[in-house]
Amino acid sequence: MGMTLTEKILANHSGNKSVKPGDNVWVDVDVLMTHDVCGPPAISIFKKQFGEDARVWDPEKMVIIPDHYIFTKDKYANRNVDILRGFAADQDLPHYFDVGTDRYKGVCHIALPEEGFTRPGEVLFGTDSHTCTAGAFGQFATGIGNTDAAFIMGTGKLWVKVPETMRFEFDGDRLPPYLMAKDIILQIIGDIGVDGATYRTMEFGGPGMKAMNIEDRMTLTNMVIEAGGKNGVVEPDEITEAYVRKRTDKPFKSVYSDPDARYHSVRRYNLEDMVPMVAKPHSPDNKATAEELEGTELTRAYIGSCTGGKLTDFIAAAEIIKGNTLKIDTYIVPATTEIARGLETEKVNGKTLLEVFEEAGCKIGRASCAACLGGPEDTFGRLNSDEICISTTNRNYPGRMGSKQAQVYLASPYTVAASAVTGKITDPRVFIQETII
Amino acid sequence: MIKGKAFVLGKNIDTDQIIPAAHLVYSLEDPEERKFYGRYALSGVPEKQSGLPKGGIPLVEKDKFESEFTIIIGGANFGCGSSREHAPAALEIAGIKAIVSPGYARIFYRNSVDGGFVVPIESVEDLSETIETGDELEIDQEKLELRNLTQKKTYKIKDLGSVADIINAGGIFEYARQQGMVA
Ligand code: SF4
Repeated sequence: MGMTLTEKILANHSGNKSVKPGDNVWVDVDVLMTHDVCGPPAISIFKKQFGEDARVWDPEKMVIIPDHYIFTKDKYANRNVDILRGFAADQDLPHYFDVGTDRYKGVCHIALPEEGFTRPGEVLFGTDSHTCTAGAFGQFATGIGNTDAAFIMGTGKLWVKVPETMRFEFDGDRLPPYLMAKDIILQIIGDIGVDGATYRTMEFGGPGMKAMNIEDRMTLTNMVIEAGGKNGVVEPDEITEAYVRKRTDKPFKSVYSDPDARYHSVRRYNLEDMVPMVAKPHSPDNKATAEELEGTELTRAYIGSCTGGKLTDFIAAAEIIKGNTLKIDTYIVPATTEIARGLETEKVNGKTLLEVFEEAGCKIGRASCAACLGGPEDTFGRLNSDEICISTTNRNYPGRMGSKQAQVYLASPYTVAASAVTGKITDPRVFIQETII
Repeated sequence: MIKGKAFVLGKNIDTDQIIPAAHLVYSLEDPEERKFYGRYALSGVPEKQSGLPKGGIPLVEKDKFESEFTIIIGGANFGCGSSREHAPAALEIAGIKAIVSPGYARIFYRNSVDGGFVVPIESVEDLSETIETGDELEIDQEKLELRNLTQKKTYKIKDLGSVADIINAGGIFEYARQQGMVA
């Protein structure tokens, strides 16, 4: 019997010839990532369990990326970054991306690929649920808690229950000009529900995959956790390898699903038939088409996060925003400092993205998680009362972006930008058919 | 046997409702700071859905650090959302011993088990519409029963399965020590 990509990676990292769903295996970890919220408690568990003088199993394999609560006056939050800094120095960790230096990156899930830490065929754990994003590179990647992270820091290993795999097969040669990967994943989550993939792998493939660039793929795998998925994965191809090769010279070996691999289920989608989607408050599976919600009043738009704060997300938003004034407060938060620099160099119609956003009156924040998860009260873009926000982020449970009185609609950068222009939920086809087609 | 008062919640209780992100800054080690996780446990749940069926009941009374409730009864997909271990830790710090739900989001489940915080018990049916906040409960893991002493009803719960060894050991470190994996 053949194996899926995920089963193969778990087999070859646990010294097994083959594994099957339900097996518990101990895997060797290639990369462990942590950040400022979960790093400090993981470090204290590590010291308590392995001793004050214990050393991290392999400093080359540990990556620390502060990104959550960075530009705040909160003393506890700042103390947490100090703890990371101290630990990285004590342990001589080469991959620490310190706040306030040129090395500072921003959102960990985007920083990891930029710095070459996401490689096909590998096993990556991170103390953050959206660690599943890295599955876009054909690897096994999932989020864990502080105790598990501390365990890895001491041993380089962790137990994993081999998940069943759900396959999502895409047909079609291209994404229609108004469609983004965000629409596709919102459709899928709406179809299977917020626990539709609990304990399982979501594997994305099919001929339509070729139409998706690496950032599109990252948007898909990023949100598998919103369906309860353990990991999401895209088979590596020349698009993946070209990206990874530019970012690292470390060797890697791509792994693919066998033709006779066994799946929990297979669902097919034709990219050319799909339409802009929105998740209504207060759940990512509360789906509607943008068209159905047309006219819903909004008070804020937010473009940022590991889901919708990548360079291609801002290019998409700028295509719609350029030359328009905006009806509602619109916040722009690049996920990383590299993307922030991209805003200054990338152009649409002869203007940089930054110029487009500034001329339209957007508020522009610094690279970090910012209001995606609310955070301390002084966080940029945080919803502090009863705002009605349309956002390119990934979760809209009560209170996710700050106040539990606020309402959050999740959508693609196209839909969020179109809605920012009109002040109401707007199907981006209204703009895109005029200007692009 | 785990005994105590029930605190009832609906489905899809995510980690931002269990411990809102603004509070994730406190140390889990420092005994004084740690208490705040108890104070703010479940403070993100909208008021009407907190302490069902009536609602309007906070897990922890204002200005206190510990709850009078011991067992959470939740709907499906309990603990979805982020991977923050602060979530099961906050519940433990508030005084919760066990959760009973028809299903869990996996990272929350794993964190509860590996960190040895609260026992995540799976019920056969969704009990969040039958048990009421304040009911006196008894969880019998040998007979695989949950007894509602107030309503005089008994329900089936599931066996802990392959994670029982880790739960019984008290967490992943204790388990690994028993197995000789770590010193
Ligand atoms: S951007 Fe949002 S979802 Fe992504 S890591 Fe930061 S808080 Fe989490």
